[in-house]
Amino acid sequence: MSMLAAATSTPIHVPRVEWVAILPELILVGAALVLLTASGLRRARLPRGVHMIATIAAAGGALGAAWYLWAQVSDGKARDAVAGAVVVDGFSVFFMILVSCAVVLGALLADDYLRREDLDGPEFYALMMLSASGAMFMAAANDLIVLFLGLELLSISLYVMAGLHLRRSESQEAAMKYFLLGAFSSAFFLYGIALVYGATGSTALPAIADFLRTNVLVSNGLLVGGLGFLLVGLGFKVAAVPFHMWTPDVYQGAPTPVTGFMAAAAKAAGFAGLLRVLFSTFITYRLDWQPVVWALAVATLVLGSVVALVQTDVKRMLAYSSIAHAGYVLVGVEVATSRGTAGALFYLLAYTFMVLGSFGVVTVVGRRGDAAHDLDTYRGLASRRPALALAFTIFLLAQAGVPPSTGFLAKFYVIGAAVEARAYALAIIAMVAAVVAAFFYLRVIVVMYMTASEEAESPRLRVPAGVTVALAATLGFTLVFGIVPGTVFDFARHATVLRF
Amino acid sequence: MSELLRSYLTVAIFGGAGVGMVALMLGAGRLIRPVRPQPAKYVNYECGVDPVGTGWSQSHIRYYIFALLFVMFDVEAVFVFPWAVRLEALGVFGLVEMVVFIAVLALGLVYAWRKGVLKWA
Repeated sequence: MSMLAAATSTPIHVPRVEWVAILPELILVGAALVLLTASGLRRARLPRGVHMIATIAAAGGALGAAWYLWAQVSDGKARDAVAGAVVVDGFSVFFMILVSCAVVLGALLADDYLRREDLDGPEFYALMMLSASGAMFMAAANDLIVLFLGLELLSISLYVMAGLHLRRSESQEAAMKYFLLGAFSSAFFLYGIALVYGATGSTALPAIADFLRTNVLVSNGLLVGGLGFLLVGLGFKVAAVPFHMWTPDVYQGAPTPVTGFMAAAAKAAGFAGLLRVLFSTFITYRLDWQPVVWALAVATLVLGSVVALVQTDVKRMLAYSSIAHAGYVLVGVEVATSRGTAGALFYLLAYTFMVLGSFGVVTVVGRRGDAAHDLDTYRGLASRRPALALAFTIFLLAQAGVPPSTGFLAKFYVIGAAVEARAYALAIIAMVAAVVAAFFYLRVIVVMYMTASEEAESPRLRVPAGVTVALAATLGFTLVFGIVPGTVFDFARHATVLRF
Repeated sequence: MSELLRSYLTVAIFGGAGVGMVALMLGAGRLIRPVRPQPAKYVNYECGVDPVGTGWSQSHIRYYIFALLFVMFDVEAVFVFPWAVRLEALGVFGLVEMVVFIAVLALGLVYAWRKGVLKWA
């Protein structure tokens, strides 16, 4: 009894919570909960498009909150918040803005798709906002446990989203595969955290960095093993070879707007975690992880580009192309300089818009049933829907790295950073991979323009208003900032990572 | 042997002792007991009553959703009990946090209820 009294008399230190620092995440989580319960409680069907508008409003709110934070950190100032659990620096705010944009574009693509496939409801939007908040937590994590929580929030929502199309068995298969392999990779990640904790005595990233700077480990097997496991867990999320096995099946099977969102947000969040762990925490172990990331980058570039050559399904081809894109970002990670990080960030932002635009076109061409993704269905698209074919052409050329587009500049910046860091072999491999990759992008363009349409009687493709807006926005971003990249590149350059 | 590996030695000894204990008990039983096989002895044990059907029978998928909802609130209890013991020390902040936690879980239950998950028919 006296023990209990003694226990209650000691007050527990309660951390001060700076709500503003996590406001973008809070807005998205709150909106997801409200959307889910509000439309669950109503008996009458809500007017069409209301979920989309609510989602876009919430993402706009998150964007505004992130913009407010940007004003505080843009000049290299950074601080940690919520008892050191999250960090507010240019890097985390950059990803908050990127993910908010992905949510807006994903909602625009999904609105008509969900109605077309009889899947309309709040679930897609709520899950998308929850996974987006997970992605933001990953980017802002200042502790390995917070990083893991963000990773799980992102992943679990995405597993369900991949299986959202109830009547397509491919969608169910994608969800199952993604879940099983994702759970496995999460276990790797968690074990990595345990080993790093065992070696350094902390899960807080600044404490780990501090420990590694001030101590020389006699035997570092535990630490390097832990770092390796962290690399496996995050490499899975960004679809780096050899952890890419899930990518083609999941990208092909998931509903097309989900694939677009997944390619943009999950990849960005994975790289945010990777950069935060490798570049700002384990920078003193650079010589240990650089060769590993080098090998991952080369394998990812080569396999992604080469295997994409033989695909006849456009969605699957874009999946392999997204693997290849992860390789270019890994080049920016490998050089471990601020310039490489800025290049990687610019690449991720450019890729977000390119890939969501591409999957926007695929959503439209896929038709009801979401099954018409064979290369043959693109035959003569230019004569049937010239504007749509032109938009797809620009997205594909941008992904191939043809100027003037953000895709070209993105490749230019990461390869430039590699050359500056004297990683010549890596730069040459990346350039060769870009040339190889150009072939399969151009093949789709040739099919769209050079061959006549065989099925003249097929129902005319309908381009819904939401997709039109999304395509216009992504096209505008890709072309305008491909010609005048100054603003966006400065944005990426000032999104500095907090160096512990 | 490093300090770290030596501390794992305890784990190995503990595991070895566990395996040895089971082997000893089962082995001793095998040596001492009489062997009189009867068909009734090979039937699955089901609280003493004769079993119905095989052990591999399928259960209805509906149980799965109930189990899921149950586990959710079961795990909630794990968090609520220690919180209740230390409520005074945690103060208003702890109260608000727990209300938020339970409210989010309750919203999930409301959603499941409105989706008709709780109806058996």
